[in-house]
Amino acid sequence: MSAEFDSAAKFAEYAHPERLVSTDWLAEHLGRPGLVVVESDEDVLLYETGHIPGAVKIDWHTELNDPVVRDYLNGEQFAALLGSKGIARDTTVVIYGDKNNWWAAYALWVFTLFGHDDVRLLDGGRDLWIAEGRPITTDAPEVTPVEYPVVERDDAVVRAFKDDVLAHFGKPLIDVRSPEEYTGERTHMPAYPEEGALRGGHIPTAASVPWARAAAPDGTFKTREELDAIYRGEVGLAAGDDVIAYCRIGERSSHTWFVLTHLLGFENVRNYDGSWTEWGSAVRVPIATGHERGEAPAR
Amino acid sequence: MTLPARLAETREDFLALGVKDRLQLLLEFSNELPELPTRYADHPDLLERVLECQSPVYIFVELDDDGLVHMHATAPAESPTTRGFASILAQGLEGLTAEEVFGIPDDYPQSLGLGEAVSPLRVRGMTGMLGRAKRQLRERVAAA
Repeated sequence: MSAEFDSAAKFAEYAHPERLVSTDWLAEHLGRPGLVVVESDEDVLLYETGHIPGAVKIDWHTELNDPVVRDYLNGEQFAALLGSKGIARDTTVVIYGDKNNWWAAYALWVFTLFGHDDVRLLDGGRDLWIAEGRPITTDAPEVTPVEYPVVERDDAVVRAFKDDVLAHFGKPLIDVRSPEEYTGERTHMPAYPEEGALRGGHIPTAASVPWARAAAPDGTFKTREELDAIYRGEVGLAAGDDVIAYCRIGERSSHTWFVLTHLLGFENVRNYDGSWTEWGSAVRVPIATGHERGEAPAR
Repeated sequence: MTLPARLAETREDFLALGVKDRLQLLLEFSNELPELPTRYADHPDLLERVLECQSPVYIFVELDDDGLVHMHATAPAESPTTRGFASILAQGLEGLTAEEVFGIPDDYPQSLGLGEAVSPLRVRGMTGMLGRAKRQLRERVAAA
């Protein structure tokens, strides 16, 4: 029952064009059966100020995380959440959000942990939709709850834990935070709240590729050619590489995970969601500071 | 230390609501945040950025000739949560004496029941805003 793919020429260059839709495509397909549009933002109230007609909201803080343990929902909780949003297992889900789709990419990554098959991003996100003068509304969507099956979360394929990172030295690591966070000058994004890491710096050997380098000024993804120049050219990633990306809490690195996996076709990319808030506070893990990548610790 | 009436009332209003409605109330506060008075709009240098907030929000606390406090804030429309936080404080501090403001518990933002609706991490931004407002006010009092 999945919706047709967007055949835009730009997307055809990507490894998995079926993971993106354009604003034109979405405008044309809004309201079609089998399609649910999801808004996922950094600002928890932004959806309430106006959203794409018919879109439902999923907030990462309050809905995708377990309320007690630092972890994601379990299978039962995810099934209840998606069912309540009118999303069935075979629904085509298009996610969009603020801030260049950070949180949208993050939500998409969480959907992937549960193996939801057809989940796509709106290229350009919320800002582009609004900049193009397309309709938004404050009307609550009419949602008919559906049954979503309980699927066990699979943490093995796209998620990395601290121990996985420790065992990963020698293979590519991508640090997608700002240069100031990478060098250790600060432990949070410029102008963002301190989120409690005890040490500044980066995981030794990690290449610094701030996530925003994958985004064009209008918030859409850069072209295949531009992305290849960065990740294959500059960073030196090669087909078959096993890659782990991280940031501060795993949201910006979801954006990079999306780029590497779906746009460039790397098949073994994991997002380390513990990221710097865990690594920068963990006891006795190796850290490098400054602009150099640093050496892998001897085993 | 007693909580000033307006802030106490705001807290009661939030706590009387279910989690979803608390978001709606925060949105109402967000919509009520007044424009900056022109004397500050023309002097962005006077405004202090609240770094604890994820969105660009700037505040300025004023102590008038009668010794009463006025807090002004500005934040973009794309940051309704931050605007809501600023609005709660701007309304809550309006017309208080400096002593009354100093008496507001620093953990007031945590007492509004927004942790569940908004997340504790986001509520931290409001705590930062209150801290900065108090600090600015101490500077004004010292200069008066």
